[in-house]
Amino acid sequence: MAAIRVLVAKVGLDGHDRGVKVVARLLRDAGLEVIYTGLFQTPETVAAAAVDEDVDVIGLSMLSGAHMTLAPLVVQAVRARNSDIPVVVGGIIPNQDVTELLEAGVAACLGPGAPAEEVVQTVITAARGERRRQAV
Amino acid sequence: MSAPSPNPRLEWQKAFGESRLRDAPFQTMSGIPLEPVYGPDDGEFPGAYPYTRGPYASMYRSKLWTMRMFAGFGTAIDTNLRFKEIIRAGGDGLSTAFDMPTLLGLDSDDPMALGEVGRCGVAIDTLADMRDLFSGIDLGNITTSMTINSPAAVLLAMFVAQAESAGVPRAKLGGTLQNDILKEFQAQKEFVFPPRQSMRLVRDTVAFTAAEMPRWHSISISGYHIREAGSTAAEELAFTLGNGFAYVELARQAGLPVDAFAPRLSFFFNAHIDFFEEIAKYRAARRIWARWMRERYGATSERSMQLRFHTQTAGVSLTAQQPEVNLIRTAIEALAGVLGGTQSLHTNSMDEALALPTEKAARLALRTQQVIAYETNVAHVADPLGGSHFVETLTDEMEARAEEIFARIDEMGRGSMLEGCITGIEENWFQGRIADSAYELERAFNRGERIIVGVNRFLEGNEEDSLDILKITNEDEAKQRQRLGQVKHERNEPAVLDALDRLAKDAVDPEVNLMPALIDASNVFATVGEMMTTMAGVFGRHVEVPTI
Repeated sequence: MAAIRVLVAKVGLDGHDRGVKVVARLLRDAGLEVIYTGLFQTPETVAAAAVDEDVDVIGLSMLSGAHMTLAPLVVQAVRARNSDIPVVVGGIIPNQDVTELLEAGVAACLGPGAPAEEVVQTVITAARGERRRQAV
Repeated sequence: MSAPSPNPRLEWQKAFGESRLRDAPFQTMSGIPLEPVYGPDDGEFPGAYPYTRGPYASMYRSKLWTMRMFAGFGTAIDTNLRFKEIIRAGGDGLSTAFDMPTLLGLDSDDPMALGEVGRCGVAIDTLADMRDLFSGIDLGNITTSMTINSPAAVLLAMFVAQAESAGVPRAKLGGTLQNDILKEFQAQKEFVFPPRQSMRLVRDTVAFTAAEMPRWHSISISGYHIREAGSTAAEELAFTLGNGFAYVELARQAGLPVDAFAPRLSFFFNAHIDFFEEIAKYRAARRIWARWMRERYGATSERSMQLRFHTQTAGVSLTAQQPEVNLIRTAIEALAGVLGGTQSLHTNSMDEALALPTEKAARLALRTQQVIAYETNVAHVADPLGGSHFVETLTDEMEARAEEIFARIDEMGRGSMLEGCITGIEENWFQGRIADSAYELERAFNRGERIIVGVNRFLEGNEEDSLDILKITNEDEAKQRQRLGQVKHERNEPAVLDALDRLAKDAVDPEVNLMPALIDASNVFATVGEMMTTMAGVFGRHVEVPTI
């Protein structure tokens, strides 16, 4: 079975990149193929990169408080490209925001302090879930 | 000057005798009188080179540290109310947090600003916002710190314009501009222009404040963000001081004598949870700075050699799980800052792993400092851990590790710390080391070697999720855009175009100081975004090569 391909991304103006880099390395060490967008991306550039790179899942790292605005826009931009690549959001995501994000089409959320195992499993589950749906 | 004083205690006594003291009973709870400092007569004393034990002879006996609480959110009017609350609660310095668009030099109506306006700090677009921000606050009497880097020159210009329109001359303004662009490329990543062009703006602000704002600290050389991005304590120490040396070389290249600007440099360190290592870091920082300033850069003024610093407790040490425990972490970290001799301190609030602090959480954080200052008596004696075999050894070890890193930076710069820092940034050397250290720490956590209470141990209580957190609605964003639209509508458009035109012309000539053009542009309500875009037209924009 081919390795899961994941695009890890920073959207908006949030320059905090410690988390995204740590997660990228965790995923890589867990055997995933990881592509990092770099900083200051827009929902459009992330969606375009995800589709171009044919990834199985997108991981958004958000620490600036803009997740409620930007994460749904990333999902919409991906769907607008007729793609159902799942979007996982991690970072400073308060619990009370999770339901709304899931309703907006986010596949899963990872809050502060999520252990490595949970991060890796959540990303893999999101990626596989999507594949199963495609196979149906 | 270079020979050690024949009688260090006498020298110290003389300096101490000249200091004005605070009115407090300097004794223990049970009445044992306390000396201002302890140690052998021929040992090191605070206020004397190399200042390991503190920059001043009397330390907190003269003045406690400044309880400087960082605040900013929403519109300038919202933050102005928070500032006034801080002043009422006994805080004695203001520290401004700007929102992400402002930090990146974008206006609130920029498409990239969507969802970020007023969220991590206050949104400032024009002089009108700056006026709201400081309305009813006497800038001649309170010091103001502004955490801003890429657009630091622009915000300084706006601040000067605002103060002068309120009748406070620039020479009377006291405060600090963070203005530390090197650590932006290394760690915080809020950059706009390429490194070398960015350094020209730093040079301009240093030269301008040295000439016209004698009470102003032109750069707050910051290790805080380097540590938050994942470095070790030794890397925080070395990268920060290395950046400091780079700024010294930059200003010297611009023809400023070292003693004309170095007294106005200040530092900003993290207070992380490893208590003794942090204290050793602060002590080593003072000693290294003094030695390098004297020996490598030929400083002769004491103030050029005395490292003064602000401390903030470690945001990354806070947990979303059982957030009340963060009060305890913050108290311990704050105590390390105080025992390490900090000049000012920000204590994080317990809810900051989740959001910006509520007013109550911010007040509790300030109370933490007040307990340390007024109840514990720890401020009675300077450098209370000096002479501890452990702390002295750890101080030496921090210094040795920092020196190894300086040697590497110096080598990258072929004998120039300035070139070494820029080259290290361009080659991703600093960024790579920080990412490696962050990953190493994460792996130690995942292996269970590093315990975090409530996260990988002692989880009972995690299901309770009771903390009320601050919600910032999108209404602020809409309000701020409307405000900007109104200011643009009412201003004198030709005057704005003229001012921006002059700014562009001045930017082309690297010999010209850009501060006067920026102040003029601020006064006619040019926006932060307009000034930054104008300069970007000349300087270009920096793009980081993404690496994992």
